[in-house]
Amino acid sequence: MSDTHTTVAAARKDPGEPGPLRTFLKLLRADKPATCAAIFLGLVILCALFGPMLLEAVSSKQNLRGRNAVPFLFGQDWTMWLGGDQLGRPLLARIIVAASNTMAIATGAVAASLLIGSSLGLVAGYSRGRLGQMIPRLADVIMSFPSLLLAVIVLYMLEPSVGNIVLVLAITRIPVYLRTTRAEVLEIRERMFVQAAIVMGASTPRIIFRHILPVILPTLVTIATLDFAFVMLAESSLSFLGIGIQPPEVTWGLMVAQGRPYLTSAWWLSFWPGLAIILTTLSLNLLSNWMRIALDPTQRWRLETGGKKNG
Amino acid sequence: MQRFLAKRAVSSGVSLILLVIAVFFLSRLTGDPTDLYLPIDASQEARENFRALHGLDQPLIVQFFSYLGDLVRLDFGESIRRARPALEVVTEAFAWTLQLAVITMAIVSGAAITLGSLAAFNLGGIFDRIATFFSLIGASAPDFWVAIVAIVVFSVGFGWLPTSGTGTVWHWILPIAVLFIRPFGLILQVVRGSMITALGSAYVKTARAKGVGPRATIFVHALRNAMLPVLTVIGDQAAALLNGAVVVETIFGFPGIGKLMIDSILQRDFSVVLASIMVTAFAIFLMNILIDLAYAALDPRIRY
Amino acid sequence: MADPLLEVRNLSVTFDTARGPVHAVKHVSWAVNRGDVLAILGESGSGKSVSSSAVLDLIDMPPGRIDSGEILFEGRNILEMSAAERRGLNGKRIAMIFQDPLSHLNPVYRVGWQIEETMAIHGTARAEAKAETLRLLAKVGIPDPQAAAEKYPHQFSGGQRQRLMIAMALALKPDVLIADEPTTALDVTVQAQILGLLEELQKETGMALVIITHDLGVVAEIAHRVVVMSKGEIVEAGTAAEVYRNPQHPYTKRLIGAAPGKGEIHPDELDTPPILALQNVSKQYGAFTALHGISYELREGETLAIVGESGSGKSTTARLLLRLEEASGGRALYQGRDLFAMSPKELHGLRRDIQMVFQDPTQSLNPRMTVFQLVSEGWAIHPGIVEKSRWKARVAELLREVGLSEEHMHRHPHQFSGGQRQRIAIARALALEPRIIVCDEAVSALDVQVQAQVIELLDRLKAAHGLSYIFIAHDLPVVRDFADRVIVMQGGRIVEQGGVRQIFDAPREEYTRNLLAASLDPDPEIQARRRAERLERQKLAGEAA
Repeated sequence: MSDTHTTVAAARKDPGEPGPLRTFLKLLRADKPATCAAIFLGLVILCALFGPMLLEAVSSKQNLRGRNAVPFLFGQDWTMWLGGDQLGRPLLARIIVAASNTMAIATGAVAASLLIGSSLGLVAGYSRGRLGQMIPRLADVIMSFPSLLLAVIVLYMLEPSVGNIVLVLAITRIPVYLRTTRAEVLEIRERMFVQAAIVMGASTPRIIFRHILPVILPTLVTIATLDFAFVMLAESSLSFLGIGIQPPEVTWGLMVAQGRPYLTSAWWLSFWPGLAIILTTLSLNLLSNWMRIALDPTQRWRLETGGKKNG
Repeated sequence: MQRFLAKRAVSSGVSLILLVIAVFFLSRLTGDPTDLYLPIDASQEARENFRALHGLDQPLIVQFFSYLGDLVRLDFGESIRRARPALEVVTEAFAWTLQLAVITMAIVSGAAITLGSLAAFNLGGIFDRIATFFSLIGASAPDFWVAIVAIVVFSVGFGWLPTSGTGTVWHWILPIAVLFIRPFGLILQVVRGSMITALGSAYVKTARAKGVGPRATIFVHALRNAMLPVLTVIGDQAAALLNGAVVVETIFGFPGIGKLMIDSILQRDFSVVLASIMVTAFAIFLMNILIDLAYAALDPRIRY
Repeated sequence: MADPLLEVRNLSVTFDTARGPVHAVKHVSWAVNRGDVLAILGESGSGKSVSSSAVLDLIDMPPGRIDSGEILFEGRNILEMSAAERRGLNGKRIAMIFQDPLSHLNPVYRVGWQIEETMAIHGTARAEAKAETLRLLAKVGIPDPQAAAEKYPHQFSGGQRQRLMIAMALALKPDVLIADEPTTALDVTVQAQILGLLEELQKETGMALVIITHDLGVVAEIAHRVVVMSKGEIVEAGTAAEVYRNPQHPYTKRLIGAAPGKGEIHPDELDTPPILALQNVSKQYGAFTALHGISYELREGETLAIVGESGSGKSTTARLLLRLEEASGGRALYQGRDLFAMSPKELHGLRRDIQMVFQDPTQSLNPRMTVFQLVSEGWAIHPGIVEKSRWKARVAELLREVGLSEEHMHRHPHQFSGGQRQRIAIARALALEPRIIVCDEAVSALDVQVQAQVIELLDRLKAAHGLSYIFIAHDLPVVRDFADRVIVMQGGRIVEQGGVRQIFDAPREEYTRNLLAASLDPDPEIQARRRAERLERQKLAGEAA
């Protein structure tokens, strides 16, 4: 059957293939939940980029009369619509500002672990020598550390700054990329088109960067998106336990922790930042699910037929 | 088989030794327990005595080797805080965590495998969409937040369930429910993905051509083939629980290993920290062996 | 006349795909009675398996849907039955076997259990089913049924797995057996055995046999009647001999005309000097010896065919020659230098002289590169062949030479058909201006008509560029039409070598004779003669043993 499709495709004149960006947007539109997720994440990124610049002052201004102010009083300034915290600071503004640290830490950790992990994975997968044997062991050692415990010790010892938190989270996530990359390389290395390149005389870097990497990149991007959510949750847990970011810096996880003593009297202190975490991780999960299909040529038809079977 | 076990034991042993060395030295860097356990105005002599009692007066390297020497005799040292053998303290806490982990994982696995399989069979249908939606939310929920919201609603609001501690069956419900959510979401998604592949495979076509009914097609023909990746995530999630669900145990005041580890680090109770790590590492090693055996039991092509 | 046993009437099936609805079959009708052997003949994409999938309710809906028609079994329209009722027919009254039995048998259950299951579903008691399974295994020729029933599919050979599928399908003595390309991936000698087994069982039980195939030889060997399908429609129907002798539809004429093994045989061996010489080459994988010190020469301008069944080591020689794997011993002399002993640097310079065309172009072309990138990559690796400013013009030239056009340059491989992809792979090999091209089963995956075109292209290019070919194949008729000289391999050794005429007309070795006897001829009359000879031979062998 597949052969009919391809001949049909080949026979049809393609009047200039649509650009990659347009194809991308078309595929995204086919999946409604993923579209919403992308829009929401765009919003979060905007908050993270510009929030501190615009709202830093407002968000840290204490206001005794607004202590634990009730949400949904729309008569007030818009920053107070979600209520005020224990010091009367506007919650909405604080959430927007906190997006910056939250996203910065997760981005840093994901980028670092992706870069280091996949590079090691490429080497481990492609080299048939001792190195190929040794590197996976490194992943085993890291995996055998209870990651949260590692984080606690390191952060207790060093100071819990943004840089150190990124470092700890990145180390614990390296094995994910290392293992995936290595497994994929081991498989792709044996594929015919790689053999064809060897027959042509292609050098090792050429084979890795021209032939292997482009094929595994979609998988890596998909995993990184999912992992971004994981890292965010881990960072929130650290902050919640009091060994993450320290005040006056703020992240969503820390806000949940700070609201905990007031749970019974002012639930919104913990509720809103928690909701922000859920919605962001949910969006990342949805987007990653969409990518898994959109970036796989054999699955893409699910989106092209109208997105009836996405997910 | 024996060679496989030996190989696994050696590689896990190496990891464990590295872990012990790292934690031993790292934890000493967090500070001197003396400052924490004696009053600020304690005399120099009292401090010296305290240090000598716990072997803290020796150079670090000497402390390390004497610790190793004790370990060989299965002596894990003494808890400074509790003045009891560290191993005793740890096994007590670990028993709690183990129960919690086993019960949670049993419920999670059963539910996620059944619902994930049905979702895959119903691909694109209404049941599939609901299951996928809830599993995504589950996989996205921060457990500490779910825990405190659950306390507000069910303990404070309705007064149905106790907020923390142990003792009755009711005390177990909230921790298990909270711990259930994330693994459930993650495992369900893996089951669903793996089952979609299995249900589209050639041997399922053969089963249909033989006249096998839908229930046996899903749960006999497809599921066993789809279980390998599922076992892998179940293993990862179970390992995370055995390492101590620190956050949840802390919030619910559950006396498990996660809470013990955090407390011991904060209290600089080093022998307890080290003993906890070794006990959980050993448990995870055993669990991984079990998972590997399960692979081989499920798929005859896998032999060690 | 009474109703036929199974009749497909005016069936149309559509699949909704990304590129709109695809009409897989349009108004297809055929029928079989007990004792019939019907072949449904068609190339890939002709929709030849769709109607039988509909019979067994194997079409997923959506994306598929049945637009019109009925399927009558003993006069009742099964498309109107409930799902449970149809399951009652599947496996019991109508059974099916498939191509590629390894993936169609469940890898995690014992084969005995899988055969028993067919009976258990339809109400046989387990104990009885167990005993019957052992009888079935013996019947389909599986040695030691007791032990075999306890094994898993991966522990059997390809031919044995197909026998297991047959045992499973025949467990309840169905009235209709549908066989979808049952011998396609098998070696010729195994194919002959499986077809023989099917025929014997069909005669014995009197069931109707529907065999779906792309191979005229299979039709000639086993079918009484044949329907020919093209683009979802039946273009011709009749008895096998009639259709072959006197095809009516232009498509059938083309198909029969393209069947290999009928063309001019190449005249005598060339007398040119050797360009490449393999001396005592061996290869070991651990304790297993894949090649036992083989030697041969390739002469300039010659097409040297290496034929053999799976495991004969024919592809291993190619992989060693191209240094995709390292030889365990021996030499390969090219221009007086040993390819196996060269340093990577020395080898790099020589790479462009020896190129390869792989079996499956879908896999040998990087899916993320455009045709231009694919063809020009070699020039980036070996500077000095073509100036960068001329790349575009040269790629266009090469594409035209292999029968594509320059507009194809910016497309990706998945936008082409199988035959076109293989042309791209050939253009890529030509781009390096090699002297030798190794074709490893280069036309095996293609439909007959496309196969004939690609062979013709290769022949033309050889003359135009002064190439020499090493042509590795399992398909003897293709080799007969294309090669100058033939090497027959078995179990890592060369059994026989000689000019193509000598090998085909006067084979010296018993193994070569068996191989030739097992290969199927598209002409039903010739095939009937061959079969008689083969049976005679078997009988003699049986008596001797």
